[in-house]
Amino acid sequence: MQDFGAAFGEAFRLILTLDAGLLEIVVLSLKISLSAVALAGLIGLPLGAVLAVVRFPGRAVVVTLLNALMGLPPVVVGLIVYLMLSRAGPLGVFGLLYTPAAMIIAQTVLVVPIVAAIARQVIEDMRTEYDEQLRVLGIGPLGMVRTLLWDARASLLTALLAGFGRAIAEVGAVIIVGGNIDHVTRVMTTAIALETSKGDLALALGLGFVLLVIAVGVNALAMGLRRAAARGAYA
Amino acid sequence: MPRRSIAAGLMAAALLLGSLVAPAFAAEAFIVVQSTTSTQNSGLFDNLLPRFTKKTGIQVRVVAVGTGQALKNARNGDGDVLLVHAKPAELKFVEAGYGVKRFDLMYNDFVIVGPPKDPAKVGGMKDPIAALKKIAAAKAAFASRGDDSGTHKKERALWKQASVDPTKASGKWYRETGSGMGATLNAAVGMGAYTMTDRATWIAFKNKADFKILVEGDTKLFNQYGVILVNPNRHKHVKVKEGQAFVDWLLSPEGQAAIAAYKVKGQQLFFPNAKK
Amino acid sequence: MTSPPPERRNEAVLPVEALGITLRRNGRRLLDDVSVLFDGHDFCALMGPNGAGKSLFLRVLANLVTPDEGTVRWNDRLPDRRRAPKLGFAFQKPVTLRRSVRANIRYALAACRIRGAEGRQRTEAALALAGLADLARSPARVLSGGEQQRLAIARALAVEPELLLLDEPTANLDPASTAAIESLLRGAAYGGTKIVLVTHDIGQARRLAETVVFMHAGRITETTAADTFFDAPTSSAAEAFLAGRLVL
Repeated sequence: MQDFGAAFGEAFRLILTLDAGLLEIVVLSLKISLSAVALAGLIGLPLGAVLAVVRFPGRAVVVTLLNALMGLPPVVVGLIVYLMLSRAGPLGVFGLLYTPAAMIIAQTVLVVPIVAAIARQVIEDMRTEYDEQLRVLGIGPLGMVRTLLWDARASLLTALLAGFGRAIAEVGAVIIVGGNIDHVTRVMTTAIALETSKGDLALALGLGFVLLVIAVGVNALAMGLRRAAARGAYA
Repeated sequence: MPRRSIAAGLMAAALLLGSLVAPAFAAEAFIVVQSTTSTQNSGLFDNLLPRFTKKTGIQVRVVAVGTGQALKNARNGDGDVLLVHAKPAELKFVEAGYGVKRFDLMYNDFVIVGPPKDPAKVGGMKDPIAALKKIAAAKAAFASRGDDSGTHKKERALWKQASVDPTKASGKWYRETGSGMGATLNAAVGMGAYTMTDRATWIAFKNKADFKILVEGDTKLFNQYGVILVNPNRHKHVKVKEGQAFVDWLLSPEGQAAIAAYKVKGQQLFFPNAKK
Repeated sequence: MTSPPPERRNEAVLPVEALGITLRRNGRRLLDDVSVLFDGHDFCALMGPNGAGKSLFLRVLANLVTPDEGTVRWNDRLPDRRRAPKLGFAFQKPVTLRRSVRANIRYALAACRIRGAEGRQRTEAALALAGLADLARSPARVLSGGEQQRLAIARALAVEPELLLLDEPTANLDPASTAAIESLLRGAAYGGTKIVLVTHDIGQARRLAETVVFMHAGRITETTAADTFFDAPTSSAAEAFLAGRLVL
């Protein structure tokens, strides 16, 4: 239990002294995970909405697959992205391996199924409410997708949040494609893994607390937005 | 109004992405070094690399994985320089044309650490072969890297010399963690198991609990590190100039002195032995 | 909302005609060979006991439900999405979008490609007509039930439909809200919009309707002028319905 006390101490010391190394890692973590979530939103939200609105053969298979992909182990995603981006891989010429871009790609792959699956569920629920009203206004499938994406915005924020939670917390994918390179691709989780393997458990746990604080902060922000939306009965 | 805020959000996301992706394409001078967890976990690189970067302006990006994976990554062309510790595998790597030439860089040694109770009574022994035999006979818990790393290769070679096949007891007293040195040490401490580690990682390791070095000092425990430039004939994107500069610097008197100067708690962790 | 838009000929949905509409669910005939023709400008009440198939029939007319047999024709052509806005629809439970009151109306107009200055002008006109100008910036979902129904109807009317179908729009509302909606409908009918109103409220039908279509057990049993219907219904089902007896 000594470690917990020391870990709290470390966490406070790191935060209070605005440790430059820590700040760099935190900023990079946020940049990468927020970028991944933004990209995953651009891909996953329309994808989920289309799945919710458009009926086509094989839709049930796609939906099942999407739900299954939510549980994809990060290591598998990391491995796949590594094989794609490796110099020996099909996208090797771009030289993206061991860069933040590679980490964004891996996290995007990881987050898209989460965002899309939650978006599909949320939008399908709203579609049952809106369907007839939009059809009598002559709105086609594409217009329906756009309308539902906008009107479900408060709930979709939760989908993005779930995606962010997954992205910021995962270590398996980014450590493979990022390489945990100091000052270049070292993020919160890979730094925690490194400090753990150095046996510096207090520092590792301290970083973990900082990660927790960030996660709580982002969630609080999103909850605030959601509550504001609920006041306007937009949720 | 909402449309405008969406557009602004997208723009911000695009800018954010741009700022992150741009460095990947920038012509900034850097090399990727595929190396082992022991060199990183011991803190050597943190001490060494800034000196090199200051002198040459070349940034060194270290990917620290097990030697086995480092060799595979380098074989795929995902690195410019290889710095590992498994001489036979390194020579094979060069022979197969993936590396230009292998140089001895530095050495340290392996030690066997274990709990103070020392159930197999190996404390104070020098010969690791005899010690492993005793551990096997006592069926005392032993944590193995199990990850095809340099340390793992060495450990397997020692078991072989001891004529013991510990993998038969895998999951019983022989426990393969499949992780890096630090993680394996954490596991060993947690389980009260013996394990073999390079001395550098052990000295720098902060979660020793009451564990001690029990076996050390035999020449069989010698741990040689080598450095290899990845062959540009295989992977033409290899940064030959910068990579060679790093190799040359490591082998130069200046680099060798920097390696010797790195100490943790007053102890020297690596001993430079590049051939003059 | 008086002069027909210039593209009227092309966009026209009237007359709306149903031919031999039959719809089965689980072996029951919910609609049984129903034919009807809606044209002109008269205010029509579609009446009948619960389960007569009124709401379902309304949805078939609006091309929301596809019948098993029979066809619906809008101005002699099969229904299509492009002309859908010309056939307005108000549901028993109004569906308002999760946006402001004003944005709800702009949305319907934008769906008909009415934007810019004309869109703004028509939006404000619709808000004023429905008495919602003061609430224009409020989120539609915080409005009372009556206000939301007024908004839904104003939204349907904003695009100047030729025909407005209403499915018991005041069923859940208090008398004041009902009165507001009735005057909204009267104004629309006066402006030339053909209205078909499904209602259970005999008083409401008496107040508004010029003609009555009576449905019973999935069939239309009579179509008559309102005065005739209320004074001397020809079918026994209608007679029982008006007398307040249970119609079986």
